[in-house]
Amino acid sequence: MWEYSDIVKDHFLNPRNAGKIENANGVGEVGSLACGDALTLYIQVNDDNVITDSKFQTFGCASAIASSSALTEMLIGKTVEEAQKITNKDIAKYLGGLPREKMHCSVMGQEALEQAIKNMRGEAPPKAEHSHEGELICECFGIFDEEILHAIKENNLKSVEDITNFTKAGGGCGKCIDDLERLLAEAQGEGVCPTPSDQPSFPAQGMTNIQRMHLIESVIDDEIRPMLQADGGDIRLMDIDRSTVLVKFMGMCSNCPSSQLTLHNVVEAKLQEKVDPDLTVKEG
Amino acid sequence: MNTIYMDNNATTQVDQAVFDEMKPFFTEMYGNPSSMHRFGGQVGVHLKKARQRVATLLNCEPDEIIFTSCGSESDNTAIRSALNAQPNKRHIITTRVEHPAILSLCKFLKKKEGYDVTYLGTDAHGRIDLDDLKNSIRKETAIISIMWANNETGNIYPIEEIAKIATDNGVIFHTDAVQAVGKIPIDLKKTPIDMLSLSGHKLHAPKGVGALFVRKKLPFRPFLIGGHQERSRRAGTENTTGIIALGKACELAQDHMTAENIQVKDLRDKLETELLNSIPDSILNGDKENRLPNTSNISFGYVEGEAILLMMDQFDICASSGSACTSGSLEPSHVLRAMGIPFTFAHGSIRFSLSRFNTEQEVDFVIKTMPDIIKNLRKLSPFSAEKAAPACTKSYSE
Ligand SMILES: Cc1ncc(COP(=O)(O)O)c(C=O)c1O
Repeated sequence: MWEYSDIVKDHFLNPRNAGKIENANGVGEVGSLACGDALTLYIQVNDDNVITDSKFQTFGCASAIASSSALTEMLIGKTVEEAQKITNKDIAKYLGGLPREKMHCSVMGQEALEQAIKNMRGEAPPKAEHSHEGELICECFGIFDEEILHAIKENNLKSVEDITNFTKAGGGCGKCIDDLERLLAEAQGEGVCPTPSDQPSFPAQGMTNIQRMHLIESVIDDEIRPMLQADGGDIRLMDIDRSTVLVKFMGMCSNCPSSQLTLHNVVEAKLQEKVDPDLTVKEG
Repeated sequence: MNTIYMDNNATTQVDQAVFDEMKPFFTEMYGNPSSMHRFGGQVGVHLKKARQRVATLLNCEPDEIIFTSCGSESDNTAIRSALNAQPNKRHIITTRVEHPAILSLCKFLKKKEGYDVTYLGTDAHGRIDLDDLKNSIRKETAIISIMWANNETGNIYPIEEIAKIATDNGVIFHTDAVQAVGKIPIDLKKTPIDMLSLSGHKLHAPKGVGALFVRKKLPFRPFLIGGHQERSRRAGTENTTGIIALGKACELAQDHMTAENIQVKDLRDKLETELLNSIPDSILNGDKENRLPNTSNISFGYVEGEAILLMMDQFDICASSGSACTSGSLEPSHVLRAMGIPFTFAHGSIRFSLSRFNTEQEVDFVIKTMPDIIKNLRKLSPFSAEKAAPACTKSYSE
């Protein structure tokens, strides 16, 4: 069973602004019955460019209905320019979060909004049509590369699984997984990954000595010890001297012929990854 | 209000009599049946009785029963055993509508171990074509595995005929009877089945116990290797409480099957007929004639299954759905897809599965409640019979 927030449940059980606006200024239709969820969003805009009314019709699961309902609430009273800034993350946040596998519901909301605004400006019909310049990546759900790239950037997606959670691409036959990996690499090449300037290059960078010691301790306690204990061994932190960490193996590990390997491949590797690449580990 | 539980193909309530039977083996007679002392040894007597009870329900020999931890383990054991016992045969025949315990295993065997697998398709009602089966058999076919009853639609497959086809062609035949055991009569003396899987929690025993029938003299290779339990066919200290519970559950099923089936089937038929009558654009999925007496799978057009289930949950009605959203996958159930159910209906499928614990009042309540749930969700939906599904680039593939 999905864990939905109380806000999601409330919007699902008591949807706001469900229905249709006849002769709406803008209509956006996205998704399809075949794909398992679909949303038609209506917006009514006054002369001052303010959205005075919005309604929705949704076919889909609880989170799809809740995302649509929330979106209409967010829209009413905003100017079109303000509305344009709403992202799928904003919708999810408004709802108190969505299960990751359901993020595509919030993406659907954002796409419908974009389409409705275009439609209002006379730039597009209600139903989204993809430009033929884009590349169809996921044939099962009809998802194009631009949508995927957009979702990767907007949400800082890091894995193919995430792409599926947010866009559904790759959730059908799985044929396009390789393409998704390519797009992911492409997007990351464009600096979606945190750049060195705003992200420390290793976790302990800039830490005080005490903070660094605590970090080493907790990596040993939380990550290394459980691995060793699974094999009947154990480890104790003896001392930390600048970048040398002294440890002692216990239990099965203490007389294990491969303990030197464990020292380097497990303990040192883990500490270098989680704390500081300059650390060396010695048995003391 | 009390919970109305109509999800018995997912799992069942442990029968009070079953619970009473297993209880002493937790805190009083907790010994290990393999021990040399009488305290442990006495438990062995009860295991023997349980084995006999399971054998009686299936009409086979007690020696032919191997206790396992679940239906999935039984399925995995059966397929692996047939493959390992015949290393030169590298072809498997199964269907597109099996439980993942078989389907995912076969996909794995194909992808990672290079076995060849034939998946038999079905018609719109989920029935398989026996000529298809005959035509798929090859010299190198190691095993045919076809479920006795389908968990989603309740469809019953012609296992007697299928077993005969397999035997005539000298191919090992396994059936996943997890949904059939306890619900319909099974006679292994009459039907030449080589292996059969069952699972306790589907017939009012607890979760975590299952069994595999392996016909005498069939070459067998164990799945779990270790101690000599189950005559070295399945290592691991016996789940004594679970096995004893399963024995009792089989005895109860044996005693009550005939009467129960009439009672449960009447309730199911009433529920189904009324829902189909009172809710427009609803269709029955599956083979109306050859079905388990407890299962009804109905699709409500233009609405989505998860939304329906959560609305039902507000009334404490439990059922399940073949919709994409409920499974965590993004496509509707593989069973409905194999049957070619149109998208307008596949996403809105609800499975009601009853048991002897359901009452007529409960059925009446569901009959009364469902139409408004569907009506309200349809009010939200952009689709209807008039404005049906727009085309999608979608093409399902396996
Ligand atoms: C047809 C079928 N086979 C196998 C299983 C798996 O049984 P278990 O949950 O005991 O592993 C199930 C249960 O969902 C089932 O319905």
